[in-house]
Amino acid sequence: MTTLQLRGLTKAYSAFKAVDDLSLTLRDGEFLSLLGPSGCGKTTTLRMIAGFITPTAGTILLDGEEISSPSGVVPPERRQMSMIFQSYAIWPNMTVAQNVGFGLRMKKLPKDEIARQTAEVLRVVQLDHLAGRYPSELSGGQQQRVALARAVALQPKVMLLDEPLSNLDANLREDMRSEIKRMHTEFGITTVYVTHDQDEPLANLDVHLRASMEETFRAFHERTGATMVYVTHDQAEAMAISDRIAVINAGRIEQLDTPHRLYSRPTTRFAAEFIGRTNLLEGRRQSGRMVFDGFDVPSSGGADGALLASVRPQNLRLLPCRDGAVPSEPGMLFLPGRVTERIFLGERWDYGLTLTTGTGLRAAGPPEEDFATGSEVWIAVPEAAIIPVEDEPMREAAE
Amino acid sequence: MTEQATTIEGERAGRRAPRFDWTFVVFALLALLLVVLVVSPLSRLVIESFTDPKDGGFTLQNFVDVFTRQRYLTAYWHTLQLAGVTVAMSVFMALPMAFAVSRTDTPGRGMMYFAVLGAFIIPPFLGAIGWILLAGPNAGWINRLWEGLTGYEDPLVNIFSMWGLAFVIALNVFPLIFIFATSAFDLISSEMEEAAAIHGAGPLRTTWLITLPLALPAVLGACMLVFLETIALYGTPALIAIPARFNVATTQLTTFFEYPARIELAMAFSVPLVLVTIVLLAIQRLMLRGGTVAVSGKGGAREPMKIGRWRWVLLGHGILVMLLAVVLPAVILVTTSFSVAWAKPFTFDNMTLQNFNEILFEQQTVRDAIWNTYKVAFSGATICTVLGFMIAYMVIRKMVPMASILAFLTVSPVAVPGIVLAICFYAAYAGPPLSMYGSSLLLIVAFVTRFLPIAFVSLSSGVRSMNPELEEAVRIHGGGRFRALTEVVAPVLKKNLLGVWILVFVICSRELSTAIFLSSHNNRVISILTLDLSEQGEYENLAAMGVLLLVITTAVVVVGMRFLGRDFMLRRN
Repeated sequence: MTTLQLRGLTKAYSAFKAVDDLSLTLRDGEFLSLLGPSGCGKTTTLRMIAGFITPTAGTILLDGEEISSPSGVVPPERRQMSMIFQSYAIWPNMTVAQNVGFGLRMKKLPKDEIARQTAEVLRVVQLDHLAGRYPSELSGGQQQRVALARAVALQPKVMLLDEPLSNLDANLREDMRSEIKRMHTEFGITTVYVTHDQDEPLANLDVHLRASMEETFRAFHERTGATMVYVTHDQAEAMAISDRIAVINAGRIEQLDTPHRLYSRPTTRFAAEFIGRTNLLEGRRQSGRMVFDGFDVPSSGGADGALLASVRPQNLRLLPCRDGAVPSEPGMLFLPGRVTERIFLGERWDYGLTLTTGTGLRAAGPPEEDFATGSEVWIAVPEAAIIPVEDEPMREAAE
Repeated sequence: MTEQATTIEGERAGRRAPRFDWTFVVFALLALLLVVLVVSPLSRLVIESFTDPKDGGFTLQNFVDVFTRQRYLTAYWHTLQLAGVTVAMSVFMALPMAFAVSRTDTPGRGMMYFAVLGAFIIPPFLGAIGWILLAGPNAGWINRLWEGLTGYEDPLVNIFSMWGLAFVIALNVFPLIFIFATSAFDLISSEMEEAAAIHGAGPLRTTWLITLPLALPAVLGACMLVFLETIALYGTPALIAIPARFNVATTQLTTFFEYPARIELAMAFSVPLVLVTIVLLAIQRLMLRGGTVAVSGKGGAREPMKIGRWRWVLLGHGILVMLLAVVLPAVILVTTSFSVAWAKPFTFDNMTLQNFNEILFEQQTVRDAIWNTYKVAFSGATICTVLGFMIAYMVIRKMVPMASILAFLTVSPVAVPGIVLAICFYAAYAGPPLSMYGSSLLLIVAFVTRFLPIAFVSLSSGVRSMNPELEEAVRIHGGGRFRALTEVVAPVLKKNLLGVWILVFVICSRELSTAIFLSSHNNRVISILTLDLSEQGEYENLAAMGVLLLVITTAVVVVGMRFLGRDFMLRRN
């Protein structure tokens, strides 16, 4: 059983608080992502967990034992953690096997045991044939798997990942052809690519490799059962991979929840806007209903007063405005509006709409439903899709 | 595997308590060492120059003495003249070569490059000896050739003059300007030149109006370094100015050590040299900072400029400089080293191996000096590299809050000319209680102080170029700080470390000005012995010793080039 607790963790650089009174508890074997824009304090938090940074206030406990506090920090080498760095930080002076076996060597395991465990981990990440190579001879994706293998070989209690997928494409560019070849054989995807844009196959490749890496992380997580803390600013990555996500903004946790709840029930304006695209509606709660400009829907409860609600563009559907008859359907809201702009994104249309009341909305539509700019439409919204962002009025009152 | 993991976890959990942090201990030791190496000697400069030697009280009399004596002022004036002329001559030698190598289609660019490297390798005092043999007023080869050809008895050239001295120094220091100028030229995008061409300027006007002005800050900065190098130089003036009977600042300094030694006057006399050095280095810094803006931009793919017939002019100039700086002095040294008597024609009768036999086996003084030189150079290079690496690591990684103090102390000797540093060390450690005068250790300590800035600056940029995540990865995977240093940082930077070691080894093996005042007959090094042998007129043994020094230095440099690439000696910092 491993529990990792952060209690009131704070890191201040003179007046600026990079991390501000942050508390959370990781359950045994949990995969938690710290997600936020750059400069929000997520990497600082991770580096405090690793023991590289001493907190200005608060403590970190591993299995109930204090490992970080303003008065002292257990050095990183004695925390039984491991980490995958943004740059991978593979030691260029050591072979793949030496890199992977390093942590085992630090544990003073016997030589043959180190060799055995190293070989096993390398086989799992499919790098056993490259054990004797130096990092400079590897492709970007291979380097990443070395970093992964090195971190896993230790069987750490806690594994920390610092945006490990962020510089993937930069590395890929170097080795584009051999990577395409490798991907092709590895996944057996028949690929015929015709394009005039030389960047396009790269972008596409990136998605494939990312997906495969995310799968690998997930698989390792299940295999080792280690508690994992993952730092990222890419929300899709965090969604795909995590048990829970902590959305961080300006050094504070905005919301800590499962990916699905985070998406469907954002509790703050920041979380609602940061996770996926959304429309925010300002209104009031009044005698059991949420009242907006021109329409209202039933409310599931809560005190009366100002209100902020979110509705995702995917939940809006456009209907042609044929004969002026108002469509109706139980539980659905039909709002009259006009298409003011549209962009075709390949998989969907992205529409900019204006309601007759003047409110602006964005909607996503399937490619085959084609509404020209300027056309009058009905906008169909399931009432249940209008989600109150609950504590927003209180926060605004407090500020 | 699971079982093993459990036992190990138990073991590690027991060690989880915070352990004693050695970082501060290492920091304190380094700081203490720098006090011994830098603070204690350099503070002597200020203390002694304001101290009355009789009662130990505060006085300004030393400065009054220095600035009222005509002879001392003349020495300063000569030094200024000498440095000015040397700068002008070096620019004339280096700039066309740098331009030719970096930007044109002149043939023989590789040859010019090796000419510069050769000039860099020949120690200044050996170049001076070579030119004494070539252009001495009576017996010099050039003058005898002149007499033989024309019958005139008046010498054609006389190296024992201000112009001769400046010429010899310039032949040795022009590589500095070459290095700075080529790196500036290399940075100027050829698009700037092409832009001038498209707007109607020919190659000559483009060069004059665009290329040279863009490289100007770097060249001026290099000129200041040459200026400083010249005013601090002792060996060449000692070999040439003393027989020519004019004094410069550095030769004047040695007179304060004639009996009775007047350290306080030597210190007061040194203060202006140090101040000039500080001011010029500050200006040079500022100019290079401004200059990098002007010459920014990627070097990118560049077409060498087609300069037509001018390339033969530049080629001729390069060959001439190579002859004067490298070929002629080297040839005369080699022939002399194999001669019975250097002034006689180099015929079969005049050839011998006896000189080498003498310096290697018979003459104890020479043998000791050679042994001592390499002992000092080896220790100096090793200590500089290790110490420079530790300080650079501590400073760049900001391992302790006050780490920048270490950086300041380490580089501060840059402001002090070698000969002044020697006086400081003499004052601090030669006498009681340490009484280190005449020991090799004193030389090593002084050399380390003098060359530590080079090691530190170079290794700092090495450490800075390393991603700290490499070290953090060691720690999170269970290795300590020391292990990160020995298993990752040092191996990754091994080329930088080797390069620094070789560079410091080579310059230690020929350092003269820092060794003067600290050498007795016990710890003489080759450079010091050169002065003695020259005074005694023993040019044959001297040449043999010089050839040996050149062979060893060249071998070390070739090994370095083999491992580290062609231009590791000539990089800008």
